[in-house]
Amino acid sequence: MKAFFGYIAGLLFGVGLGLGGMTDPARVLGFLDIFGAWDPTLLFVLGGAVITTFIGYRVVLRQTKPLWGNSFRLPTRHDLDGKLLMGAALFGIGWGLSGYCPGPAFASIGNPSYPLIAMLLAMIAGWWVARRAPFIQ
Amino acid sequence: MKKYARARIEIIRRDSVNWTANIQGLIGGGFIGLSAVFLMATLGRVAGISGILAGLFLDRPNRDELGWRLMFLLGLVSGPLLLMLVGGPGNVADSPQAVIGAPSGGVPLMLVAGLLVGIGTGVGSGCTSGHGVCGLARLSRRSLVATLVFLLAAMVVVFLTRHLIGGAA
Repeated sequence: MKAFFGYIAGLLFGVGLGLGGMTDPARVLGFLDIFGAWDPTLLFVLGGAVITTFIGYRVVLRQTKPLWGNSFRLPTRHDLDGKLLMGAALFGIGWGLSGYCPGPAFASIGNPSYPLIAMLLAMIAGWWVARRAPFIQ
Repeated sequence: MKKYARARIEIIRRDSVNWTANIQGLIGGGFIGLSAVFLMATLGRVAGISGILAGLFLDRPNRDELGWRLMFLLGLVSGPLLLMLVGGPGNVADSPQAVIGAPSGGVPLMLVAGLLVGIGTGVGSGCTSGHGVCGLARLSRRSLVATLVFLLAAMVVVFLTRHLIGGAA
């Protein structure tokens, strides 16, 4: 049952990315290019996603527990630290270079190419580095 | 004269706002939001792609956890494929074949970008979905700051590569 829920959530997410143009790096870069021929589409994607989630979370989190599980697992930290800022900045640089953030990159596997595979493998390696590297911890 | 020309371009651009694309974007965003709400309602999890997938590839094997993460990835991959199969209107790309665009650079650039995205989202505990969608929806201060930082960094990089190094684009 968990697997089924996981699949449906992934499918909705993938359809949303595709509908909104997030799986096209050219469009993503067009959105990030505020000094060029700016393409605002992704602002609407982000807006639609945040508004829907905001309303939905208000309803869902009023329950005591999820349908399948003992508790809601929500981040509890509130502090701003160097790791958050440094991590977000590094991620932004990689996003700006490629037009891929993690969701759209993996959602694009259906149309594989060597650069895409390189991106995905390097991303997994990056997650590994972030977990293990002593200089970051 | 040049200034005048630029102003004209500005006006033309404002006039030709592509509302169809914007509404399609809004609908796409709605689906992403539905996914986040659904995952919270059923499994009680935040729909943070970097977290879900880093766990899938790097966590110690644990059948209960890996199963739904793997299925989430399969769903994520099948979403755009479904759109391409169904075809027709509805997606922001004009043709079904264009739903999944080609990478914007070669293997070396993607290796560097991928490493930065991986390390960055790993260290910063989230990406566009975890911070930008779920975090903002929870009104998290950490996520708001992270979202502003990665958006700004990405915009600066695109400005540098397209308008300073790459010339006029």
